[in-house]
Amino acid sequence: MAKTNYLSALRDAMAETMREDPRVFLMGEDVELNVYGSSQGLHAEFGADRVMDVPLSEAAVIGAAAGAAMVGMRPVVDITISPFLYPAADQIISIIAKAHYMYGGQTRVPLVIRSCMFYNVNNAAQHSDRPYSLFMSIPGLKIVVPSDPYDAKGLLKAAIRDDDPVLFFEDVNLWGSNSEIPEADYEIAMGKAAIKRTGTDVTVFAIAGTVPMALKAAAEMEKEGVSVEVIDPRTVKPLDVATVLASVARTGRFVAVDPAHRTGSVASEIAATVGEHLYDKLKAPILRVTAPDVHIPFAGSMEKGLFPSVQSISAAVRKTMSYRDSAI
Amino acid sequence: MDPASRTPLEMYRRMVRIRLFEAAATRLGARGEITGALHTATGQEGEIVGACMALHADDYMVGNHRSHGHPIGKGAGLNKLMAELLGRSTGVNRGKGGSMHLADFSVGSLGETSIVGSGFPTAVGAGLGAKLQKSGRVTLCFFGDGASSEGTFHESLNLAALWKLPVIFLCENNGYAITTSARKGVSVPDIAVRAAGYGIPGHIVDGQDVLAVFEVTRTAVLRARAGDGPSLIEAKTYRFNEHASALPKLNYRPADEIERWRARDPIALLSKHLAATGLAATAVLEAIDAEVQSEVDAAVSFAQSSPSPDPAEAYDHVFVDPIVPLRS
Repeated sequence: MAKTNYLSALRDAMAETMREDPRVFLMGEDVELNVYGSSQGLHAEFGADRVMDVPLSEAAVIGAAAGAAMVGMRPVVDITISPFLYPAADQIISIIAKAHYMYGGQTRVPLVIRSCMFYNVNNAAQHSDRPYSLFMSIPGLKIVVPSDPYDAKGLLKAAIRDDDPVLFFEDVNLWGSNSEIPEADYEIAMGKAAIKRTGTDVTVFAIAGTVPMALKAAAEMEKEGVSVEVIDPRTVKPLDVATVLASVARTGRFVAVDPAHRTGSVASEIAATVGEHLYDKLKAPILRVTAPDVHIPFAGSMEKGLFPSVQSISAAVRKTMSYRDSAI
Repeated sequence: MDPASRTPLEMYRRMVRIRLFEAAATRLGARGEITGALHTATGQEGEIVGACMALHADDYMVGNHRSHGHPIGKGAGLNKLMAELLGRSTGVNRGKGGSMHLADFSVGSLGETSIVGSGFPTAVGAGLGAKLQKSGRVTLCFFGDGASSEGTFHESLNLAALWKLPVIFLCENNGYAITTSARKGVSVPDIAVRAAGYGIPGHIVDGQDVLAVFEVTRTAVLRARAGDGPSLIEAKTYRFNEHASALPKLNYRPADEIERWRARDPIALLSKHLAATGLAATAVLEAIDAEVQSEVDAAVSFAQSSPSPDPAEAYDHVFVDPIVPLRS
């Protein structure tokens, strides 16, 4: 087992799937020269037909990936920064998500659209989006938001091998993280949450870069005598509701953490689901820790406090514990 | 497609097939047996069939909301198309698409799409796939004058030209985007001149002359198959009916303009040509008319006697593999 960082894990997932399947190819913005760090050596190994730079033409590029997928290829599109998905929103929503359904199963669109979420790094309102929850309400899209290099590699492989379209969101706040990664091929099934830490008092559901924060908060709370279970859904669509419900049924307390804006967030969705199913088992109100419904400002002094933090997660856990032993 | 099936008589048959299929659909729509909008291509059969017949059977075709003619022109059978219009489980899209979204992948019809301009990238992608697979297949992309104002038109021509993809962009310029004339919506009198902006050939052709459209498309197909890249063809044509079945007759087209174009019915023009050149006697054409009418009648009977989809089928084909059940 070797320590591997997030970007190298993604690179390795690309290279390994490209070696095993000639239908897989990478088209993306500035991938040949590895500007963002997850395509090192791919152009040299696989050549211009399988690793291609694309013009700044998101709708045509993402839509072309869909067309290529419909005729038997397995494209991976690297669109770099997540808000660059919006010029291609029509292709993603009206073609990619709907083709298999609307054409009665005659075609499949096996493609992966990768993009990075550069939030909390002073990029201001147009470059700091976490848009997975926007796309979550579109049927037909699978959405992956991994929280560490090991999961990122296993999930990217699963996404490329999957027959459905997958949006794959990479949290840049995780680029510096490392995982022990085995030499052997492995895959992490989409739609399966990971219990990142077991606990008995409170279930904390966290996404992407907030997972390491939730784990730190859990360690902090342990010192205060509170046992926190941390669940990372890994894919927000399909969402592994069963694992979350089983956990909350045991703990009776639920905190949903999500770096996206509160309204329509994954946190809101899972909170509603837990409320629907476990009303009579809850010992405290469900709490959400999310970004508020404001745009992301440039200045760090304004930006930093908007996102979930170890402190805000711990505070939410403490608040649910304040309902200790009293029925609500 | 064998050479015999490319004869003018086969062109005549396919044009009549579109005309009579749509006449039957219009009658069924008026009776309420077909619900939703119907966009007929009546008057435009020449450009549709001329372009489609310049392709091989295994070439690809992408269309738009005016969607019945394209798959019929590409060789689709009528039964499943009519069943789709009636929303039956035997429909080509299993009742999931309806009139605006017909697709018959068995004849290379990769889907009609009702968001104007959304089909361009699919066509580019099918071309990219064919190039990477070295399959030799070309892709024909139908679009209207209105779609030439969409960003995807420009992005797609750029991408296809840049990568020398085997795509033929065929503009069905019928003069109007619903009620907005091309004079009000397009900055140049001839859309074909826009080809120059992308360094590809642009052709203008009389869309009422099926043989002329066939010839010019054949030239573009040869160029595409030789690896020399895309072409833009503008077929000047006219729709004889309103934009869609449900719309009121509004006064946006001068009566004399309608009369002038109706006098140039593409089916009548081909009939005259066949008679004048001695290629087919009137009796032969009348026999084809009768055969096609029987074919259409049979398609209507097939559709009417087919069951509606079970409501549970609404949950099928959202994903190839939903991973978790979609019905809770």
